[in-house]
Amino acid sequence: MNNTINLVVDGRPIQGRPGQSILEAAQAAGIWIPRLCYSKGLVPHGSCRLCTVYVNGRPQSACTQPVAEGMFVEANSQRLLELRRDLVEMLLIDGNHFCMFCEKSGSCELQALAYRFGITAPRYPYLWPQRELDASHPDIFIDRNRCILCARCVRASRDVDGKHVFGFYGRGPGKRVAVNAHVRLADTDAAVTDKALEVCPVGALVPKHQGFTVPIGQRPFDQRPIGSDTQPEKAPKTR
Amino acid sequence: MGESVGDFVRRVSHELGRNRSRLLELARAVQERYRYVSPEAMDAMARSMGVPRVEVEGLVSFYAFLSDRPQGRIVIRLSDNVIDEMKGAARVGAAFQEALGIGFGQTTADGLFTLEWTPCIGMSDQAPAALINHVVATQLSSDSARRIVEILRQDGSPEKVVRAFGFGDGNNGHDLVRAMVHNNIRQPGRVIFGHMAPGEALSKALAMSPVEVIRDVKTARLRGRGGAGFPTGMKWDFTRAAEGQRRYVICNADEGEPGTFKDRVILTERPDLMIEGMTIAAYAVGAEMGIIYLRAEYAYLRAFLEHVLEGRRRQGLLGRDIAGKKGFHFDIRIQLGAGAYVCGEETALISSCEGDRGDPKDRPPFPTDKGLLSHPTTVNNVETLCCVARILEHGPGWFSEEGSSQSAGPKLLSISGDCARPGVYEVPFGITLAEVLRLCGAEDAAAVQVGGPSGQMVGREGFGRRICYEDLSTGGAVMVFDGSRDVLWIVNKFLDFFIEESCGYCTPCRVGNVLMRERVQRIRAGRGEPSDLDYLRRLAQTVKTASRCGLGQTSPNPVLTTLDNFRGVYQSRVQQPTDGRRPAFDLEAALVEARAATGARPAVTPG
Ligand SMILES: Cc1cc2nc3c(=O)[nH]c(=O)nc-3n(C[C@H](O)[C@H](O)[C@H](O)COP(=O)(O)O)c2cc1C
Ligand code: SF4
Ligand code: FES
Repeated sequence: MNNTINLVVDGRPIQGRPGQSILEAAQAAGIWIPRLCYSKGLVPHGSCRLCTVYVNGRPQSACTQPVAEGMFVEANSQRLLELRRDLVEMLLIDGNHFCMFCEKSGSCELQALAYRFGITAPRYPYLWPQRELDASHPDIFIDRNRCILCARCVRASRDVDGKHVFGFYGRGPGKRVAVNAHVRLADTDAAVTDKALEVCPVGALVPKHQGFTVPIGQRPFDQRPIGSDTQPEKAPKTR
Repeated sequence: MGESVGDFVRRVSHELGRNRSRLLELARAVQERYRYVSPEAMDAMARSMGVPRVEVEGLVSFYAFLSDRPQGRIVIRLSDNVIDEMKGAARVGAAFQEALGIGFGQTTADGLFTLEWTPCIGMSDQAPAALINHVVATQLSSDSARRIVEILRQDGSPEKVVRAFGFGDGNNGHDLVRAMVHNNIRQPGRVIFGHMAPGEALSKALAMSPVEVIRDVKTARLRGRGGAGFPTGMKWDFTRAAEGQRRYVICNADEGEPGTFKDRVILTERPDLMIEGMTIAAYAVGAEMGIIYLRAEYAYLRAFLEHVLEGRRRQGLLGRDIAGKKGFHFDIRIQLGAGAYVCGEETALISSCEGDRGDPKDRPPFPTDKGLLSHPTTVNNVETLCCVARILEHGPGWFSEEGSSQSAGPKLLSISGDCARPGVYEVPFGITLAEVLRLCGAEDAAAVQVGGPSGQMVGREGFGRRICYEDLSTGGAVMVFDGSRDVLWIVNKFLDFFIEESCGYCTPCRVGNVLMRERVQRIRAGRGEPSDLDYLRRLAQTVKTASRCGLGQTSPNPVLTTLDNFRGVYQSRVQQPTDGRRPAFDLEAALVEARAATGARPAVTPG
């Protein structure tokens, strides 16, 4: 049986395996498709939509779409860069993000994407939503202001930690990350060593008692733009 | 002694077989009994159904008809669709507020009443309308609102309200329905409302092989009536061919698109036809289990539908060896929704039937491959299933005699708004808008929304266009607006609806709809700039392209189609920035806080 699937990404013929997503097949071929809710080893969620690509002309999320023989994928065109900028800017105003005070600055994937896309300030009006903090847990702090609803914690807690500590409350613009207790994280069996914490791409789930162990300026995305491991950044495009 | 919440939850979970996929029903039962789902109830539900508590909370907080705060014994939900507002919902709302002494979203101190707004309840032809618990009240005025509160205060029973106002026509007066609702069937056609003898179409189908049945449906060129227009025969082929030990047929009776109400009339007057179509679908795809997913707003039809199902079981038209056909077993249960438009989207509907939040799912896998509980599933609209029964009864040729080249057969329209004769019309596909407007008595129409908020807004220049999949496709809603209506107000209302109903899963729909509304409101307030038109178009395009499901892929349509067809309206409302002052900057709003702090009054009169 032939287990190779041939597809074309941005004009380059590449190979994938059955069941592999476009995002992963591209990654293996050295093509970086921007992503946020995707996290290696977790079931894909398809919610941030940053990985949107055109498959034979139709928009699809590359993290959830399996490769198929003969696919033509447009993954990193100017129009997709524009689309992704819009999505990152939406996430920036959907929460309350203050990079200069955030422990995650420099390791934050949202911030890093904004930099890679050349976003200095969002064009959209800030929505300033009301979001709750939870400092009840002795070792973990939840700041929902910075949450982007990517469900990485939900998936990691459920599928890796086997705990179901996180879930979602509400719907639409009122959707929030929720904990497996009446109100407080302290009443769940969350632990600071949980995978759920490690995978949070932003500063919404942070360990207490260890602020700024790596100084600002020496953090991963301070050194090299996000995605550089797979594909070095081209000259940043301006709008 | 009353049963404790814990005992109640345990008992009902037991009745539901502690089946996780029945969690929504358990939540509905708790809501009904205790008027809310309390933290203790959630604990108990999690324990007895064996699910994490956070999933119970996630479910309860998702659906509009479930509440985690105590509600009144009687919940009055006033519909706030555009059509309701055009017919005076604001006055009715004011009367309710005054009579009850509470605002919207509040509960009276005695715990008797809660007052809420709710999106379209499927009564646009008799607006303004409200739900009083399960009971529908139609054609409301401020007088009738006051009278309703009086009756409820005296007696406490919503059923008394119906008695006071009288039943509607047809089966609305049936003992098991007893509703104020009117059918308003203005143009009954030969297909949906023609004479029917239960069992006739089915026996013809059972005389053929399942493959032949599917072939007939294909020959008739039937396409789905729920909006997307997917070829029904092909969907059945996929479901039949998919690997699986069990298969399901789901009838989509969620009818959530504002301005649509034709399925309600079918459910009231032709439930036998619909169930017959469902049974034929089951035979064709090889399903043994069926679900009617009935929107919560139509709960008043539940007992009646159960009765029809029971009647068919007695006649041997449901159950084992149906109509004498050895080995053909099929039965149907009714699953009630709980107030979520997105649950009309077929994958969200399946999530809901599995006892989850109504989040849509990724495709692939498609429901025909891995649908309900990962089994091959066909989801079909109420009207589609009625067409199926007719095709089998009279033959595919008879069905496709009318219609256009790519849209065979007739379509039911739900017409409402500024017209003399709102109601349900069976028309041939391919009919022009002008002809539709003549039928319903709307000669002075200035704009028509075809297909509900997710459809298209068409102006006078477009009245020659045709209703069919190849031009103006619609799940059935036709909302008519005369020249006195403000197009931007309508767009604003539609965006309100999508924001309220977005599941919030994906970024573009969760955030983008809010941003579009912000800009439309800015333009309505006279603070728009010409560049806002391009801003809106780009935003709309991003939401359309990047959204995960049909809701976000169509929610920008009101903006996009009005930018195309009513550009003049936008242009007349925006102004070029002049002498260094940008209209977009709201000086008054910016000064509110400072003024409040200093006690100063506005220096300039707001213009
Ligand atoms: C947000 C949204 C809401 C929908 N609501 C309904 C509905 O209430 N009823 C319906 O039949 N289809 C609805 N649909 C379409 C369904 O997803 C699906 O296409 C349909 O039920 C298939 O049946 P059909 O092929 O017979 O039309 C909706 C789609 C979307 C995206
Ligand atoms: S488009 Fe996205 S947020 Fe909107 S309803 Fe669909 S999945 Fe939910
Ligand atoms: S990474 Fe694919 S949708 Fe988020």
